[in-house]
Amino acid sequence: MREVALVAFAQSPSVRQDLRRNEVEILTPVIAEAIRWGGVPRKEIGFTCSGSCDYLAGVPFSFVSALDAVGAWPPIRESHVEMDGAWALYEAWVRLQVGDVDSALVYGFGKSSVGDPRDISVLQLDPYYAAPLWPDSVSLAALQARALLQSSGYTERDFAEVVARSLRDAKRNPNAQVSGDFSPDELVKARYDVSPLREHDCPPVSDGAAAVVLAAGDLARKVCERPAWIAGIDHRIEAHSLGARDLTKSPSAALAAEKAGMGKGSLDVAELHAPFSHQELILREALGLGESVAINPSGGALAANPIMAAGLIRIGEAAQLVMDGSAKRAVGHATSGPCLQQNLICVLEAR
Amino acid sequence: MAERCAVAGIGQTKYSAKRTDVSMAGLVREAALRALEDAEMTWKDIDAVVIGKAPDLFEGVMMPEIYLADALGAVGKPMMRVHTAGSVGGSTAIVASHLVHGAAFERVLTVAYEKQSESEATWALTVRVPFSLPLVAGAGGYFAPTIRQYIKRSGAPENIGTMVAVKDRLNALRNPYAHLRMEGINADMVMASPMLWDPLRYLDACPSSDGACAMVLTNEKNAERVMNPAWILATAMRSEPISFPGRDEVSPRAGRDAASELYLEGGITNPREEIDVAEVYVPFSWYEPMWMENLGFAPKNEGWKMTAEGATAFDGDLPVNPSGGVLSSNPIGASGMIRFAEAALQVRGQAGEHQVDGAQVALGHAYGGGSQFFSMWLVGSAKP
Repeated sequence: MREVALVAFAQSPSVRQDLRRNEVEILTPVIAEAIRWGGVPRKEIGFTCSGSCDYLAGVPFSFVSALDAVGAWPPIRESHVEMDGAWALYEAWVRLQVGDVDSALVYGFGKSSVGDPRDISVLQLDPYYAAPLWPDSVSLAALQARALLQSSGYTERDFAEVVARSLRDAKRNPNAQVSGDFSPDELVKARYDVSPLREHDCPPVSDGAAAVVLAAGDLARKVCERPAWIAGIDHRIEAHSLGARDLTKSPSAALAAEKAGMGKGSLDVAELHAPFSHQELILREALGLGESVAINPSGGALAANPIMAAGLIRIGEAAQLVMDGSAKRAVGHATSGPCLQQNLICVLEAR
Repeated sequence: MAERCAVAGIGQTKYSAKRTDVSMAGLVREAALRALEDAEMTWKDIDAVVIGKAPDLFEGVMMPEIYLADALGAVGKPMMRVHTAGSVGGSTAIVASHLVHGAAFERVLTVAYEKQSESEATWALTVRVPFSLPLVAGAGGYFAPTIRQYIKRSGAPENIGTMVAVKDRLNALRNPYAHLRMEGINADMVMASPMLWDPLRYLDACPSSDGACAMVLTNEKNAERVMNPAWILATAMRSEPISFPGRDEVSPRAGRDAASELYLEGGITNPREEIDVAEVYVPFSWYEPMWMENLGFAPKNEGWKMTAEGATAFDGDLPVNPSGGVLSSNPIGASGMIRFAEAALQVRGQAGEHQVDGAQVALGHAYGGGSQFFSMWLVGSAKP
């Protein structure tokens, strides 16, 4: 495959509700920053791809006005996925494989605060058999967490430890929305939201955006001192029907990791898109991540979860550590659908 | 050097106002199964699935690829969902072709659909957002002023739209999948239909349809297994902002730029001469002459002459929409892919009663948003 690397990453701070800015206004400075760091002039970007979801804002074509943040004039080669920006990155990586363009701008954005994402996510389910029952995203995650507790040695305190570590690490992340020092023993005393999940086991509602610049081969070397090379990228989906899946496992994450060649070398860091605390435990197991791998030094999705950007942010955070020299090999992960139905793995390395 | 890519299988559903006999999953599966059968493949031969549709509000299902994974045999495979407004059916096919061109996969299933009967598209397009331009009239009301602008600047006679409306519905009588099959359609019937958005009458407009279209795209090695693959000669996509001072909405630069890139890549120097048949996204009759100019088939302000002279008719020198086009079948998210698939059918010689004799090079075209998103491809019977 053609050598492609992340050469820039920018994100907005995640906030509970950005009352003063719409999606385009949140996005505009983020794209400008990514372009500035990326070193490829805006007019020379070969391909642009974004990820967003109409249902967050409740309007059709949420990506149309986002073009104003890109500055699509003269007209640009552009595409959009109704998926997390991580899949927009995948599309851009594929586009660069074709070989006729050398750079790409990728962004994802979501203003989750406009509606109630917990309820909106129900509309993602089978419209005939599942959605009418209205199982919201926290309830479905709780089913998964319960199944995990019953089939493994994990306890609710293990969930709390994931939360405590994530929020502690988030203190060093200026873009995080939630952070602080919490003891797992105190956390497990909190009331359940949906048993066995407590509020801190669930992601915050976040408004935010992220953008990255990709460049191929020599262009990447030219514009970036230490590009985060994509050693492998793959994504896989599982059955939608929850009854058809073993919710305590993530075969799609494991398969994506295998196809992306994650196991071909040792990892320093993994940024996992685990919106619920117990999902990190499932993913660690599926990906075979041992104690030597730092998990979510950014604080992960428990500290900030701007839907449609949160997965792209995981890849960006992992790439940032490669670009600044603190990691040699890192993985960024994104998920979509109820209970980790779909997973993407992006392996990044210094060369 | 990119891998070659070809269309090895094509599947369409019957298009109609309400497919109450199938669920959304049943609808996409029907098209996908036909494409697999055409390609002489089964689900397990497929490496990846790329699905597209127009806004999720059209059916009320958010990110429906999540729910459709099982129906499309995508479990354990990569699955992507493209959304680029009305051009999405075309864009989806192009994204799928990139997976093959880029050597990421060898056999890709791509599907686009809309089940408009599940909701109401004009409602879904009419949502008011603070500080945003409200689109309160649906697509027809949005495009009518642009059409009036075209008529004014080109001096086109008033009956051009009517001619297109009749021609495409006559073509639809040759296509068993077409939604509208209007025996005896003529200019009087179009003129007698109610005025909706001046100058567009009811019969100048596309229908609302349920339907799905699917294609199997493969690399060279796999394409050679089928009798007559449609080789992808070139693809192009362009986007521009919806609104800014001085924007030419009649003949948007994004469309012109995409066509130029397409012809350059496909080795076309005289599109009118070298392209045998075109499936062009014409949701309102007047868009045929407008796109003839935008696509470089006619000089500026002279596209209407092609319609007037019968050049775009089934027996003309550049048949446009022999399938009946969007004016006869419009499952919105699929309409672009249907254009791409129909172009492929023509160069494969498999278009049945609407086959254009000797078609060797064909254009598939789609546009969307406020005439701002364009996707197109050029397919041929000979390997590039």
